[in-house]
Amino acid sequence: MTAAVRKAELHAFVDGQLDPARRREVEAYLAADPEAASRVGAYRRQKQALRALLAPVLDEPLPRGLAPPRQRRPLVHVAWAAAAAVMLIVGGLAGWSLRGMEPPDTAMAERAVADQAAIAHAVFTPQRRHPVEVGAKEEAHLVKWLSNVLGAPLRAPHLGDLGYALVGGRLLSAPSGPAAQFMYENPAKQRLTLYVVRDADRKGETAFRFTAQKGVSVFTWMDGPLGYALAAEIPKPALFEVAQAVHRQLEN
Amino acid sequence: MSDMRHLIVDQIPHLRRYARALVGDRAQADDLVQDCLERAWSRMHLWTVGTNIRAWLFTILHNLHLNAARKHRNTPGLVPLETTFTEPPVRPTQEDQLEVQQVWQAFSALPEPQRAALLLITVEEMSYEEAAGVLGIPVGTLMSRIHRGRERLRRLMDAPGAGGGQGVEQ
Repeated sequence: MTAAVRKAELHAFVDGQLDPARRREVEAYLAADPEAASRVGAYRRQKQALRALLAPVLDEPLPRGLAPPRQRRPLVHVAWAAAAAVMLIVGGLAGWSLRGMEPPDTAMAERAVADQAAIAHAVFTPQRRHPVEVGAKEEAHLVKWLSNVLGAPLRAPHLGDLGYALVGGRLLSAPSGPAAQFMYENPAKQRLTLYVVRDADRKGETAFRFTAQKGVSVFTWMDGPLGYALAAEIPKPALFEVAQAVHRQLEN
Repeated sequence: MSDMRHLIVDQIPHLRRYARALVGDRAQADDLVQDCLERAWSRMHLWTVGTNIRAWLFTILHNLHLNAARKHRNTPGLVPLETTFTEPPVRPTQEDQLEVQQVWQAFSALPEPQRAALLLITVEEMSYEEAAGVLGIPVGTLMSRIHRGRERLRRLMDAPGAGGGQGVEQ
């Protein structure tokens, strides 16, 4: 008859992954071997049952918010966009070679940063008289001061294109040491904050990670020893756009 | 960009189905899918047009799931993230007879690597190569997981009066 049918081929038979010639040979083999045939029958019934149970999930309406973030491309100078693209590709290749894997402690650290940022955001943005320690008029001083305390060169990104002006910033304490918070506001008095912490032991870059709690949306990412968290009470796609702008400016 | 968006959106129901059957809990599964979509979107530039976007998305989802499970295990004070499959992911209809229930009970009792392999092959109908790529394992390892999973399901279902768990007979 035919070459002996291997175990794996019984599965390939059930899964329709045999070429037609071999498939006919396996059929002939099964006709002559009731034990193997009953095994294949059981595999088939399992498969049908699982598919029947899970098929309705495909027809469920998608939960709100479950979609890739909408991305509107800001108009940027072509050369600048090209430079940014090169950086993304270089950074990205390193990331993809790891198949999306990150050390779990990185994910946990990012989660912690997101939590701290969300709390700091919730505490300080409602403040009308003293939202910041140092106002935007003294931006140079503010940035220099916070850079000195954190021990890393910081920058306050300019978000005027997106309608947000710098209000100022403050020094905060985080479990890992000092943290900086920059606050921005748009004409509608909507505020967003950029929270920065430094962890000298950490390096590398991570992708944006989104969390939301109590109405505060937060995007976090790590860039070298600095962890960033951008927080606002605005929908995720809008915040994503700001996060991209911030990330671009801080990288360049 | 919007083409890519459509390609991703088309996969969302499939990602949800896989996540649901993998982690059991609906909300937790949707969180996983959301993380996957964000990750995919932020790395969209890494996907080569014309290559298999389904495998790419499932790989991201699977890795995020592994990371979350590992993180959970390594966090002291948290209860183990052992999924409790109290109910099928969707309620079986009247015609779904005892066997479907039994399969689900038995399936829920399988080790997760075997569940993942079976889901990708039988429910998502991936080729062996595609599924092995998603799970980051050689095809031989995938085949052995499929074999062990199916044999275990068969034994659990064949055992007289047993469906692999309590609750079937009541």
